[in-house]
Amino acid sequence: MSEDAIKIEGKKKKSLFIDKVREILPDGGNLNMCITCGACASGCPATGLENMDPRKFLRMAALGLDEEITSTPWVWMCTGCQRCIYVCPMKINIPELVYYARQSWPREERPKGILGSCDMALRNDSCSAMGASPDDFQFVVEDVLEEYREAQPEFKDMEAPIDKAGAEFFLNQNSREPVTEPDEMVPLWKILHTVGVDWTYGSKGWGGENYCMFLADDEAWEHVTRTALNKADELGCKIFLNTE
Amino acid sequence: MTFSVLAGLKKFNIDHKCEVKSIYEYYAKWIREGKLKVNSDWNKDLKLKFTVQDPCQIIRKSYGDPIAEDLRFVVKSIVGEENFIDMTPNRSNNFCCGGGGGFLQSGYVDARRAYGKIKADQILATGADYCIAACHNCHAQIHDLAEVNDHAWQTVHLWTMICLSLGILGPNEREYLGDDLKEVNVFHPETAL
Repeated sequence: MSEDAIKIEGKKKKSLFIDKVREILPDGGNLNMCITCGACASGCPATGLENMDPRKFLRMAALGLDEEITSTPWVWMCTGCQRCIYVCPMKINIPELVYYARQSWPREERPKGILGSCDMALRNDSCSAMGASPDDFQFVVEDVLEEYREAQPEFKDMEAPIDKAGAEFFLNQNSREPVTEPDEMVPLWKILHTVGVDWTYGSKGWGGENYCMFLADDEAWEHVTRTALNKADELGCKIFLNTE
Repeated sequence: MTFSVLAGLKKFNIDHKCEVKSIYEYYAKWIREGKLKVNSDWNKDLKLKFTVQDPCQIIRKSYGDPIAEDLRFVVKSIVGEENFIDMTPNRSNNFCCGGGGGFLQSGYVDARRAYGKIKADQILATGADYCIAACHNCHAQIHDLAEVNDHAWQTVHLWTMICLSLGILGPNEREYLGDDLKEVNVFHPETAL
């Protein structure tokens, strides 16, 4: 005759980090579906860094080792590339778990370089991670354009408009070119000119990078995205065209 | 940028009218429509070998294998099909280079380079002279991986190679070309600074 199962009396389990993240994600990010196969870890270039890997990170979260997973610098070494999801039979969203682990760090303690780049983007309407203002951007674009129109007469009619209403394409520009190597903007302009594309940059949201997402700063990420998309809509552009 | 926009629009329920696209799709479309008359004649005798990085943000995380095919169509059109060597694995299954997610700015330099070893080995296995990286994070990381380890490949933007194949790449737009291409098909060489 079987005995009654032993009941373990204990305190109510505290709310775990992984449970909080599960509540935020669609389908809970499948975070409780791990079959521990290790496909994620074997195909992750960040495996071994900081003695961590994606499977271990997820298992530690599932075991409630919240302090460890919200303090390991490994979360800044996962690039969020999603290859782990791609190879996972259960499509577990480990990168989102990493994202919220990043977010659990006090903002000022997150890596300075990423923090600085996001804060630069918040300085003005350019949303440029290098802090270039809309006026600086306009000056560089016009200056370089003028130079090339003269030096290469086949491109004397080439344009690089900013805020051209009704243009079909709204383009952004990685700040690295206008700020550090402006000649590198030209090949793209030449291609667009050769094809006869009707395009424009925006004076707002032209910065083609978003470090606020990497910083896991939701509010700032939203601001950068909204600023660029609103400008494109305001100009009546049909296509928001990303070069990267 | 692509992923931050697509994911941001969804995550924050941002109303918008315009459609978010990648320029890779348009490069391929414009070549197919004959609006970009690229060709690979410049590489007929040189036979320089090229491989291409699949930026995670655009391929795996946003538009998948169809855009990886567009990217390959563009690259093969400009360097010659016989001069293109794919990495293994590739397309949606390719490895991240280690330049994304803020890694380049995070200060963990040694870890970033250790992460990138897989990518470096992939590129070396192709034997390519050039790796085309049409994403700034990938470009910066792959360029750095070659430089710090003295690997032989050069890292170039896609638009540089498109313009080179069109014969409209001037002497001052060749920062990332190696010596083997600095003098090839130069547009207005007299404007060199």
